[in-house]
Amino acid sequence: MKRIVFSWRTFVATLREIFDEAAYARFLERGGMVSSSAAYAAFRREFDEVKVRRPKCC
Amino acid sequence: MSKLLAILGWGAVAVVGALAVGAIAVHRGEPINALWLVVAATCCYALGYRFYSKFIAVKILALDGLRATPAERLENGRDFLVTNKWVVFGHHFAAIAGPGPLVGPVLAAQFGYLPGTMWVLAGAVFAGCVQDFVILLFSVRRDGKSLTEMAKDEIGRVGGFVAYVAVIAILIILLGVAALIVVNALKASPWGTFTIAMTMPIAVLMGVYLRRIRPGKVLEVSALGFVLVLAAIWGGQYVSQSPGLARVFTFSAPTLAILIMVYGFAASALPVWLLLAPRDYLSTFVKLGTIALLAVGIVALHPTLHMPALTRFVDGTGPVFAGKIFPFAFITIACGAISGFHALISSGTTPKLVARETQTRMVGYGAMMCESAVAVMAIIAACVMQPGIYFAINSPAGVVGQAPAAAAATISSWGFPVTAADMQALAHAVGEQTLYNRTGGAPAFAVGMAHIFSHSLGGETLMALWYHFAIMFEALFILTILDAGTRVARFMVQDALGHVYKPLGRTSWYPSILGTSALIVGAWGYFLWQGVKDPLGGINSLWPLFGISNQLLATVALCVATTIIIKMHRAKYAAVTLVPLAWLVAVTFTASWQKMFDPNPRVGFLAQAQVLAAGPATGATARLIFNNRLDAAVTGVLVVMVTLVLVESGRQWWGILSGTREAPVKEAPFVRTRLVEERG
Repeated sequence: MKRIVFSWRTFVATLREIFDEAAYARFLERGGMVSSSAAYAAFRREFDEVKVRRPKCC
Repeated sequence: MSKLLAILGWGAVAVVGALAVGAIAVHRGEPINALWLVVAATCCYALGYRFYSKFIAVKILALDGLRATPAERLENGRDFLVTNKWVVFGHHFAAIAGPGPLVGPVLAAQFGYLPGTMWVLAGAVFAGCVQDFVILLFSVRRDGKSLTEMAKDEIGRVGGFVAYVAVIAILIILLGVAALIVVNALKASPWGTFTIAMTMPIAVLMGVYLRRIRPGKVLEVSALGFVLVLAAIWGGQYVSQSPGLARVFTFSAPTLAILIMVYGFAASALPVWLLLAPRDYLSTFVKLGTIALLAVGIVALHPTLHMPALTRFVDGTGPVFAGKIFPFAFITIACGAISGFHALISSGTTPKLVARETQTRMVGYGAMMCESAVAVMAIIAACVMQPGIYFAINSPAGVVGQAPAAAAATISSWGFPVTAADMQALAHAVGEQTLYNRTGGAPAFAVGMAHIFSHSLGGETLMALWYHFAIMFEALFILTILDAGTRVARFMVQDALGHVYKPLGRTSWYPSILGTSALIVGAWGYFLWQGVKDPLGGINSLWPLFGISNQLLATVALCVATTIIIKMHRAKYAAVTLVPLAWLVAVTFTASWQKMFDPNPRVGFLAQAQVLAAGPATGATARLIFNNRLDAAVTGVLVVMVTLVLVESGRQWWGILSGTREAPVKEAPFVRTRLVEERG
């Protein structure tokens, strides 16, 4: 049972990382902010500068 | 006791793998079951991972679990971050898995299922996985440096420059080819065009939802977007059945090409949050789900492969693309076996997330194995079709003729029987007017995928829905690459232009944004236009060009890796990167030479230009001659670049091995990790 819970948590963590939810959570934590429209806009401003430079494979 | 069990267990895997590979290799005459390919692939990957990657990890790289990685030493909560290994694995796989491993194997299936399968398995285990693994580790030991920076540091300025030019060249050719695949999939297809058109307002809605309604809830909005896309696929059939609406969404290839160029420009110039980011999320969501679903479908259905092991087209007379099995099978299938582009990702985001050096094996080698497995699935999807149908879909009108009866007669005369009635019935079953001359690989893959899905889920009645789901799946993430790639190339050009005139380098200065976006879209748009107007099917010339440029980047990556291995005093093991490098050089040089100078006009660009010049002049002749000469020139430039990197690397190796050159290892200094004590 423990193994199933651990696997599920890892799976969700992977999805949250792939879909940048974890990055947003870290951004909020780093700035001591709560989620809001303004906070998300600030996150995107900071994050997009890095993210859109990442190559994606063919 | 456990050692004995391990020996017996791995011995059994080796025997089963050998049997499966043997069955694939020697079977002739009758169709075989796809499960043979699945078993062969599983055993090869298991053995490659367990033994070969471990050998590399222990003997050459000497992975050190006590050495702090940049994720730990430089942790900043943004780029550098200690991350769970499975999370890094998923992240890395999501970044390397694109349409390449789907389209390339489908095109190469014209040689039969055997060449593609063997190259995908051997290429991945001995070349692609090795490249991704070693480049990832070397980047981790150099504070997460990019391939371009490592090439500059280890080989010299020439290496860095060539890597930079190669990346831009690959991006531009890749974007042109990718756009052409979408055009070929959507031309005269109101259902497909409607579905893809709908993804744009859906993406904008997702962007607004993320920004205003539920900030940051990406998974939630991606699931919502996916449901809306499914509704758009469902709605597409009514559009195709309504004469008025069908007319609105029916476009010719040139019109679609123009629309895609406009889209690429808009996506590059618009704010990221509005269109690009939500589409990226939607595409990733669909991609991961569909790949998993396809794997389940193949295992559950284990269909029969109707394509023979080897077709008559190994002699180079193939209708899908011209050229012999060597070198063209190895150029056509890049991403499923080895892709230079992966080296960019292995030296991009991933090295900044890896917590321990020992995890690079699982992430670098392991993720590429999964990518290779996707290529095996694509081979299966292409080969489950009757060969006659496969060739009718993938052959350009210039080769088999425009009229259905003529095309069916030509293909049947090759020994692959197909009738106009068969093709009409199939087109009707998938909700299209025609499936002839749908070159590019995407429609053939969609038919194969729809066949597998409809036989395992929903039956024949859902064939049309599955087909359009597959088209949407491919077009969606090809378009995502198109918009993200245009933007990445724009940034690279802006970075370079910033050295000439500072404001041009500012990514927020609109004149620069618009100018560089237009430059990049113009560059790939040219290749797209060329492909659309080519009567022999532009994919025939452009896909090999893409393959050559991608393998060039792999050559640069393997040169960097070999140089570092020699500098690490592991020259006696340098063959692990040197042999794939030698193979790639042989393939790339042969393919380039043949594409430029082969006297067969279907293969050689210059021969084709000569034939056109000697033939009757039409309005398009001058343009086609210019295009062929341009393609030859681009190929020539790529070959010169490979040569430069090889010469420069060879000088380095000779200098180090003969003791005339110092070989400092440019790694970050050793720092002991704290993760062992703190996090166990």
